Amino acid sequence: MVVTVPTEATAVLTDTDVARALKRMAHEILERNKGADRLVLMGIRTRGIPLAERLARQIGSIEGNEVAAGSLDVTLYRDDYARTGPRPLGQTSFPAEVDGKVVVLVDDVLYTGRTIRAAMDAVMDYGRPQAIQLAVLVDRGHRELPIRADYVGKNLPTSAEQEVRVHLAESDGIDEVVVATAPASAASSTTPRVTAASPTTPATARRRA
Amino acid sequence: MIPHLLSMQDLSADQITAILDTAETLKEIALRPIKKVPTLRGRTVCNLFFEDSTRTRISFELAAKRLSADVINFSAKGSSVSKGEGLKDTALTLQAMGVDAIVVRHAASGAPQQLTRWVDAKVLNAGDGWHQHPTQGLLDLFTIRERLGHIDGLRAAVVGDVFHSRVARSVVQGLLTMGAEVTIVGPPTLLPPRVDTWGTAVSHDLDAVLPKTDVLYLLRVQQERMGEQFFPSSREYARIWGVDRDRLARLPEGAVVMHPGPMNRGVEVTADAADAPNSMIQLQVTNGIAVRMSCLYLMLGGEDGRAADVGGRGSNSERVEA
Repeated sequence: MVVTVPTEATAVLTDTDVARALKRMAHEILERNKGADRLVLMGIRTRGIPLAERLARQIGSIEGNEVAAGSLDVTLYRDDYARTGPRPLGQTSFPAEVDGKVVVLVDDVLYTGRTIRAAMDAVMDYGRPQAIQLAVLVDRGHRELPIRADYVGKNLPTSAEQEVRVHLAESDGIDEVVVATAPASAASSTTPRVTAASPTTPATARRRA
Repeated sequence: MIPHLLSMQDLSADQITAILDTAETLKEIALRPIKKVPTLRGRTVCNLFFEDSTRTRISFELAAKRLSADVINFSAKGSSVSKGEGLKDTALTLQAMGVDAIVVRHAASGAPQQLTRWVDAKVLNAGDGWHQHPTQGLLDLFTIRERLGHIDGLRAAVVGDVFHSRVARSVVQGLLTMGAEVTIVGPPTLLPPRVDTWGTAVSHDLDAVLPKTDVLYLLRVQQERMGEQFFPSSREYARIWGVDRDRLARLPEGAVVMHPGPMNRGVEVTADAADAPNSMIQLQVTNGIAVRMSCLYLMLGGEDGRAADVGGRGSNSERVEA
């Protein structure tokens, strides 16, 4: 659970914006690949999975045929196992063989690029795709590897202290993208901490007790 | 999460569930065209076997290799050093070489525990004396859960040579931790003293237990550990405690038969019963790899999962020189 941090949270994409972006990306994917015949959409766990499913539905409704979406868990391919230790594993399921296909990786936020590096290695272990492409809802910059997205919902210049949160109806009940500027001392995308939270939150109450 | 894997007794139900859940995901790797993931690159695992083994050693080796760890196999068979000294010297050698995990099998109960006092590496018990064989117990729990959907509330019967069996101690503890009911069945000569304190039922009548059994767990008659006669003959053992087609037929619908291997066909189980459709024996072997991968994955992560550098500072180098 994300602890409520007192921040200036700004919604940068509303549900309509998300829907429009995905629709445009679906068209771009079709245009670039001249149809959906060889496409395999792979959502990266966790929020990439519903996005891949939505893109597949969108592409299916444009083309009039089914496009399969799968899920990819990259935990075993991450480069931080030796630093941070084991994380819970998720299921990987390919809807089709990848040999000779165009695999489109789908994720919510593109940041350092390390997750995508891991995802490419994972896909290669399942076969030899003709190409791998990348679709992301938000590109927030700050790459640490030479990786770029082929399809971007929104380019969102951020500072490293900011936090980009993607909420999707499937998991969060609402579609929106929020940028939060946490106070410098509490800034962390993975471990939100409570520093000067409002006195009504239980976490703060406990801490003061 | 788990500092060392020494005994089933050390594991809570939550920890066991985490190991089984992780194993469930890792099992999929065996179905891929490339049966390998890069997770444990740079880690070194040593199989240190002071006793014979086929499936456990190979299973651990495959598990480590499928996670991309480097594997060293050390078999102490034929070594003339006395056991206590031999184990310590070997351990210190491995420590000096910078091994991250030691998978140890030893005839002396408690040898893996002793190892943890000498080395920084993670220690995984692959069977010590009559004491414990935790990964066998875990793979059995995994197989039961995979086949029957749950462990909680099942009725299990553990049959045969419980006295000499480290497998029985691990399996029974694991089943109890996960909420199964366990009945120990065997001739009085092959049940351990104080078996009444194990928290199980005890029976000397296999045929009475069979109709109330969801998991029938047969133990190997360990002739190599028997210095004296525990029962008159193998034939008599087979007649009273062995499982054949007729006895299988008395199990309830959906019940499964398990055996840790290697089997004495014709003693504790007949050939046709071992190969029956509800026999899990081959599946147990397959699942062993995924469960051992899970243990290695959960134990060797983070800074904590790497043994100190070779020739390192402080207590480590002192210990090597000692």
